[in-house]
Amino acid sequence: MNWLTWLSDFFSDPEQHSGPNSIAHRVWEHLLFSGEALLYATVLAVPLGLLIGYTGRGVTAVTAFAGAARALPTLGLVTLTVLLAGVNDTAALVPLVALAAPPLLVAAVEGVRGTDPDVRDAARGVGLTHPQVLWQVCLPSAAPTLLAGFRTATVQVIATATVAAYVGLGGLGRYVIDGLATRRYAVTAGGALLVVLLAVGAQLLFSLLSRYALPPGARPGRRGR
Amino acid sequence: MSTINRTRRAAVLGTLAALALGATACGSSGGDPLGGSSSAPAAGGASASGTAAGSGGSGGSGSTVVVGSANFPENVLLGSIYSQALKAKGVKVEEKFNIGSREVLYGQLQSGNLTVLPEYNGALLAYLDAKATAVTTQDVNAALAKALPASLAVLDSSPAEDKDSLSVTQETADKYGLKSIADLTAKAGEFTIGGPPEFKSRREQQFKDVYGLTFKEWKPTGDTTANALKDGGVQVGNVFTTDPKIVQFKLVPLADPKNVFGAQNVTPLVNKAGLDATATAALNAVSAKLDTAGLTALMKRVAVDKEDPSTVAKDWLKSNGLG
Amino acid sequence: MDDEPIVRWYWIGDHLGYLGHLLADHALLALPPVLIGLLIALPLGLACSRFPRLYQPLSAVLNVVYAVPSLAVFVVLIPYTGLATEASVMVPLTFYALAVLLPTTVDGLRAVPEAVRQAATAMGYGPWRRLAAVELPAAVPYLVAGLRVAAVASISLASVGALIGRGGLGYLFIDGFQRTFPTPIVAGIVLIAALALVVDLVLVGARRLLAPWAVREKGAGS
Repeated sequence: MNWLTWLSDFFSDPEQHSGPNSIAHRVWEHLLFSGEALLYATVLAVPLGLLIGYTGRGVTAVTAFAGAARALPTLGLVTLTVLLAGVNDTAALVPLVALAAPPLLVAAVEGVRGTDPDVRDAARGVGLTHPQVLWQVCLPSAAPTLLAGFRTATVQVIATATVAAYVGLGGLGRYVIDGLATRRYAVTAGGALLVVLLAVGAQLLFSLLSRYALPPGARPGRRGR
Repeated sequence: MSTINRTRRAAVLGTLAALALGATACGSSGGDPLGGSSSAPAAGGASASGTAAGSGGSGGSGSTVVVGSANFPENVLLGSIYSQALKAKGVKVEEKFNIGSREVLYGQLQSGNLTVLPEYNGALLAYLDAKATAVTTQDVNAALAKALPASLAVLDSSPAEDKDSLSVTQETADKYGLKSIADLTAKAGEFTIGGPPEFKSRREQQFKDVYGLTFKEWKPTGDTTANALKDGGVQVGNVFTTDPKIVQFKLVPLADPKNVFGAQNVTPLVNKAGLDATATAALNAVSAKLDTAGLTALMKRVAVDKEDPSTVAKDWLKSNGLG
Repeated sequence: MDDEPIVRWYWIGDHLGYLGHLLADHALLALPPVLIGLLIALPLGLACSRFPRLYQPLSAVLNVVYAVPSLAVFVVLIPYTGLATEASVMVPLTFYALAVLLPTTVDGLRAVPEAVRQAATAMGYGPWRRLAAVELPAAVPYLVAGLRVAAVASISLASVGALIGRGGLGYLFIDGFQRTFPTPIVAGIVLIAALALVVDLVLVGARRLLAPWAVREKGAGS
């Protein structure tokens, strides 16, 4: 029952109720980092991925690059960025963007390439321009794949943003790292639980989105992937 | 609808199951999971390190001495000095450097997973007894002998001291005429103070009681305290006096007339069961030769010239006839 | 930091042996968990494809596991695995690998069209022979795809173990950071990426050997 004791200790400790170390503030910091990182990653990766998927040029190169980028260790990027750029939000953003961009890039490429070629040809045949085909035909049919990519990226970013605390940045990682340093296990456990809850919450959000926000033809069926 | 309900139910179930697993798994260990005394699985650590010091092994010359170090370069350097001094006397050594904070290491020493740690006597005493009042080296060591559990001991202290300090940038010091911690009285309410994560819980009350200081905010700046001072994220920072960043970033350690930061002699903290007379003598010989100026010079080579701690340690031992 | 170059090349030259040692240590920390994860995922995946009701709660649990920050898991497991030991890093990595590999295994086993399965049964294949001759080979491309993701993630995550004293090349990040010395950090990042690349190539090669049809299929894609 220790887990429950630690968690109740953590959530009832007044130190976590107000000020910069309050749970609300740390959750907010965590979401802010994660959201910003996802935003930048989207702007960088999605248009590029759509274009590459549409033209079919450089797909192999992009897949290889994305694979290599996934291997970049967050701890390494975060320490390097702090040494080069100082302790500020950039130091947390760079590695998180590097983490989120590859799955988004691959999802965009795969999604567009997954469009039925006959449909694309038909769209060209009725006189749509290339940008129109990409926007009106390929993008909707790529939406489920893209959304799955966003889901992966979001969960990874939320879980990994924890490491930013090592270099003195905020977010829920503070609880994990400070708890370890001061041997207050309740704090580490509480921080970890909050991260998990955020990640699970994000997953639920994405299953809702894929259920309701997608174009009707692209909603996942019984065995949608 | 049904799909979502199922997904959500599955996710909730998952969370509960994970928690339950954690609860049963952790339930068996009892108490503080980072603590030493109850750590049954120390067997894992012990078998890896080849010693059974925690289970009352007599620690003859056949057993391996595990030298640990905290997660900052000077402690790694000191660990390396200890480890190589022991090796030079034929003691079998395993190194576990850069592991964590004192809070973590102390538990590992108690459980016998570690045998020797480079410690700072004053900081160790403050950790063991928050109300300790000793400030001189002699008083601190006398108090330590009483505060340590029977399984642990400190060996001879070296003259080398690495004290905590409250430091400010040269600019801040000039602007407000700061020379001593006492000069902060007027400004503390506007200053953010930075230090390692454990700094606040260790020191906040002390600064209030001794100097009447209440800072605006405490930031856990960890290893980045000096950088944060330079970048202006904090105005006051807890920086060690032998930290080369003091020179690199032009920081000014403030004087501490009321001795909030007492003696901080580099001192080996050991688990007695894992150490024989040869090993003890080797560590005491190191303490006899190590002084603050020497340590700072070594630290400059490690942190500024980027030489390997093990190389620097070897050179020092050689030039002092210990290697 | 101002005068510090991003890479001091001579340091790399002086430390080749040291870097090689850390690289080997890193591979030994990061890769066995992936293999163990596969050994667990195969029977578990098989059970899940036979008893679909098992799969959803199990994958939900693993989804949660995947979302737990690695550092927290390392810390949680210290009392059981010891501080700075191999196990303290490898046990959590095994769980992460399993979280990736179980869904891909199940997908792979489901990839055999029902008609093919029935045809194999009609030809007199028993369940085990059908598994070995039809279902497992069909799952190979999925398994390899899962292994690639799991291996790369494991190689990257193992470095976080440095925060509890055992992280292979991750030690370079902590060491370099504490001494404001970017060279070891850069070396660590490059070596980790290189290790991941080599492992990835080996896995792709393995897929070509074990399932040559999958390559053709992919090469001839739309």
